[in-house]
Amino acid sequence: MTAFHRIDMPSRIDRNRPITFTFDGKTVTGFAGDTLASALLANGRILLGRSFKYHRPRGLVGAGVEEPNALFTLGTKGRTEPNAISTTTELQKGIIAKSQNAWPSLSFDMMAVNQRFAPIFGAGFYYKTFMGPLKKSWMMYEPIIRKAAGLGAATPDVDTARYEMRYMFCDVLVVGSGPAGLAAAITAGRAGKRVVLAEQDFEFGGSLLSSGDAEHERWRAEQLAELAAMPDVRLLKRTTVQGLYDGNLAILSHRPENHPALMITEQLRAQNIIMATGAIERPLVFPNNDRPGVMLSSALRALLNRFSVAPKQRAVIVTNNDSAYATAFDLAESNVAVTVAEHRSTLSGDLLARAAQLGIAIFPGCGIADVIGEKQVKAVRLSGRHAVTIECDVLGMSGGWSPAVHLTSHGTFKPVYRADIAAFVPGGFAPGQFGAGAVNGTFGLLAAIAEGEHAARQSSSDNKKLKPIDLPATREDRKYTIQAVWNAAEKELEKFAFVDFQNDVTVKDIKTAHQEGYVSVEHLKRYTTLGMGTDQGKTSNINALAIMADLRSLPMSEAGTTTFRPPYAPFTVGAIAARTVASHFRPKRLSPLHDWHVKNGATFIEAGLWMRAWFYDWAGKTPEEAYIKEMELVRQNVGISDVSTLGKIDVQGKDAAEFLNRVYVNGFAKLPVGRARYGVMLNDDGVVLDDGTTTRISDTQFYMTTTTAQAGEVMSWLEFLLQVHWTDLDVQVTSLTDEWGGMAVSGPNARKALQLALPDVDLSNEGLPYMGVKDITYDGVQVRILRLSFSGELAYEVHCAADYVTALWQHMMMAAEPLGIKPYGLEALASLRIEKGHVAGADLDHRNTLDDLGLGKMAGKEKDYVGKALRFREDCQAPDRWSLVGLECMEEDKKLRGGAILFAASDEIKGHGRGYITSVTWSTELKKYIALALYDGGLKHQGEDIICAFPLKNETVKARIVSPHFVDVEGTRLHA
Amino acid sequence: MKIPCPQCGERDVSEFRYGGDATNQRPAHGTGDLKQWHDYKFVFDNPKGPHTEYWQHVYGCRQWFKLMRDTAKNEVLAGES
Repeated sequence: MTAFHRIDMPSRIDRNRPITFTFDGKTVTGFAGDTLASALLANGRILLGRSFKYHRPRGLVGAGVEEPNALFTLGTKGRTEPNAISTTTELQKGIIAKSQNAWPSLSFDMMAVNQRFAPIFGAGFYYKTFMGPLKKSWMMYEPIIRKAAGLGAATPDVDTARYEMRYMFCDVLVVGSGPAGLAAAITAGRAGKRVVLAEQDFEFGGSLLSSGDAEHERWRAEQLAELAAMPDVRLLKRTTVQGLYDGNLAILSHRPENHPALMITEQLRAQNIIMATGAIERPLVFPNNDRPGVMLSSALRALLNRFSVAPKQRAVIVTNNDSAYATAFDLAESNVAVTVAEHRSTLSGDLLARAAQLGIAIFPGCGIADVIGEKQVKAVRLSGRHAVTIECDVLGMSGGWSPAVHLTSHGTFKPVYRADIAAFVPGGFAPGQFGAGAVNGTFGLLAAIAEGEHAARQSSSDNKKLKPIDLPATREDRKYTIQAVWNAAEKELEKFAFVDFQNDVTVKDIKTAHQEGYVSVEHLKRYTTLGMGTDQGKTSNINALAIMADLRSLPMSEAGTTTFRPPYAPFTVGAIAARTVASHFRPKRLSPLHDWHVKNGATFIEAGLWMRAWFYDWAGKTPEEAYIKEMELVRQNVGISDVSTLGKIDVQGKDAAEFLNRVYVNGFAKLPVGRARYGVMLNDDGVVLDDGTTTRISDTQFYMTTTTAQAGEVMSWLEFLLQVHWTDLDVQVTSLTDEWGGMAVSGPNARKALQLALPDVDLSNEGLPYMGVKDITYDGVQVRILRLSFSGELAYEVHCAADYVTALWQHMMMAAEPLGIKPYGLEALASLRIEKGHVAGADLDHRNTLDDLGLGKMAGKEKDYVGKALRFREDCQAPDRWSLVGLECMEEDKKLRGGAILFAASDEIKGHGRGYITSVTWSTELKKYIALALYDGGLKHQGEDIICAFPLKNETVKARIVSPHFVDVEGTRLHA
Repeated sequence: MKIPCPQCGERDVSEFRYGGDATNQRPAHGTGDLKQWHDYKFVFDNPKGPHTEYWQHVYGCRQWFKLMRDTAKNEVLAGES
């Protein structure tokens, strides 16, 4: 016995285009225009899922995005999509759909035994069972419970689909294409606005699609034809407006046709947003209202009129409002025997007359006492004075309509309750936002069209005389009447009266939550899981909070709703990430020498956004092997290294010297032209911001370098000071970080190497002394030679415009080839500076003072500089601050490790210790591991042996505190 | 959220960096008074509602400017031109 079949009546399906697909391994055929759900029902499949906790058999509840039960897993492997809503999934050839949460099969589900244990799975189950002293048992039970309770599983395979993100603008965004939305889009289009009409369905029309009225269809087609002819109107089907954000930004998820991307996420900025999102029908709450075959009355109507899927013989409709009669009448006209259980005791004459005409039996003043049948409805027992049992194939229920206020509440407005329609409506609209039609609680075709038109006229605000909308030739709207019914379950059967189908929450669970003090709607949600999951309570929330309000004797207006948050409907994470995956996760910055490094055996390492040459294969296959050889090359001969990533800032203007003198702690006012100086700058709070070398090019021009990591921060800070605070200074700053590049040539043979490349330049110690600078022209290109050293060896930095860096580098390599010059990478560069005791990014944790780094003496005593006052605040001068020290490894067979925690020899190895290692290297000079570290009290402890603990490897190593300057303390090599 | 840059007009917030409270007066360069600097750097209100703050059009013209914003609604109340 199947409950539904396809009948021979015209609808929106195309019988000339059969489509086959697979459901739980069986081949099924539907038609173009079907949803997955309608095709399954047409084939007599009514059992479509098992419930979340109790594994009760479940069928379809709705016919749209509200569907809580009929969720499937689509596709296989990397293209698996769990929890796809079958009522919104357009039937397409080759769909592979699987039911969820049932083992081994839908009709014989082992886990259905959970039903027998219903009492323990009730409200607060997780809290009561696994919190407190029993917490550990969670570990044991969790995998079992997760297997038993849940929806579809995400695949561990990589998603192979392509997703896109796009950014768009429009004058008017219309959300929803029912009568109100179509009227709004047409009106805005006629006003010449750039319009976007977004519809979640794969057809435009909203409620018109399931009305079955030929005149409605004529009107719909006419409006769409006019819209399609408007050049500035974008019609987006299969598009859900997922959320609204500040400044009328809407996030749309769009499934495009004939496009390589599976989904496109659109960030749409709209001047105006007209929400014509309609309303969602509510279930009634009575015992066993979750049996397959019990569904929303509107879903029955959609199945019939849109998909030609009708109940086989008999339908019962239970309602508390007039809207369900449209379903009753349409079913009766299609030769289904219809009985109506009407909660109200009086009914308007026109409905009674029409019902009598169609042979519909109406039982007034009664609801449903119980539903008979387990895997399918067999009969219903009426409550109230009739108390009869009626055999039926399906039971349609209508508890009234809840406006889809979600988007209107994504901002600051909470929905407000209107008792006359027993529903929450928008509590207000942000500027530029409007509502039209059922979302406003305006139920009726002509009224919806009028509101849509009105909203569009308001949003268009120009006073052009717009042609009014042509109305469909239809009878006047009926007044919508409803009598609120929230809970129709007898007390003994409350545990079978479902409020939330997706999360298996019953009336009894809500009462338990109330008894145990979880009475606010937000607590109710967390305690019972009501309104969670993929449907976010679209059918359940209002009934639940009404039942809670009743238990608390509160009026609905005071009970309030839970907070509506984006997304409106399930949204694939891949579509949010779009192309920002794998190597596109964040931008990559490449040095102008990058291609050369690639071709010449470099292995790269990420340093911030930069890809930097880490080590080269001439020196070894592993960094540990390579950097030592590269260091030896620099200490003994000459190496060349890419320093293009350094921050480079051109500082120009009459007051440039004064400006630098203020931002650096040491003096720059009297720096001679052609000389460089190492400088340190502080933040206003007296903490070290950055260090670097700045060169005076002329009286009014300086060339500043910053660390790679802080380049952006320093630039922004200089701009802040100049634009906001020191507007009287005549200074301009320009970033050259990307425009210029550079290389360091370092080692005892550096001068020889450079001389081979630039034979006409005077590189003698007198011609270019330590910290001297020369701008030269080589082969028509401006080249800046700075005699600076990061390694402690004789060294030069050679900078020029980025476009010429590779040519200059290659020239240098070729010219100095007889000396044996080779490139060295970031690892060796860093190790050389550790030996020299130069601090770098790793050692600066944005909490260091000048004194912590042993640089206190640099600061000018007389002059003023940024951070001077707060540098001397009490905590910056505390005696026990973590300060820079050098460490030497005292155990030959062990190594020091970056991040190791430091303890005094007598300390217990426990807690955060007295400091930590910031940088570590093997010293080719000292033939031992050395490190820079921050240590409580710093060099006051020089000479002490301490413990370096590395708990991750369960390791402790002895080290001695020494000066951080390990190599060439006098600097004779620098000045050579 | 869109922010009006005095040079470039309204742009998406992602093009800007926030620069902190603009209601505290930064002491003049050379001020040695610890209390003044302390109050400027460390003492802030955290208002719900209108708030004047610094922003920089960091991925644009790089202009720093003051902006009055409603911190509860993210509504721009006044921009600097």
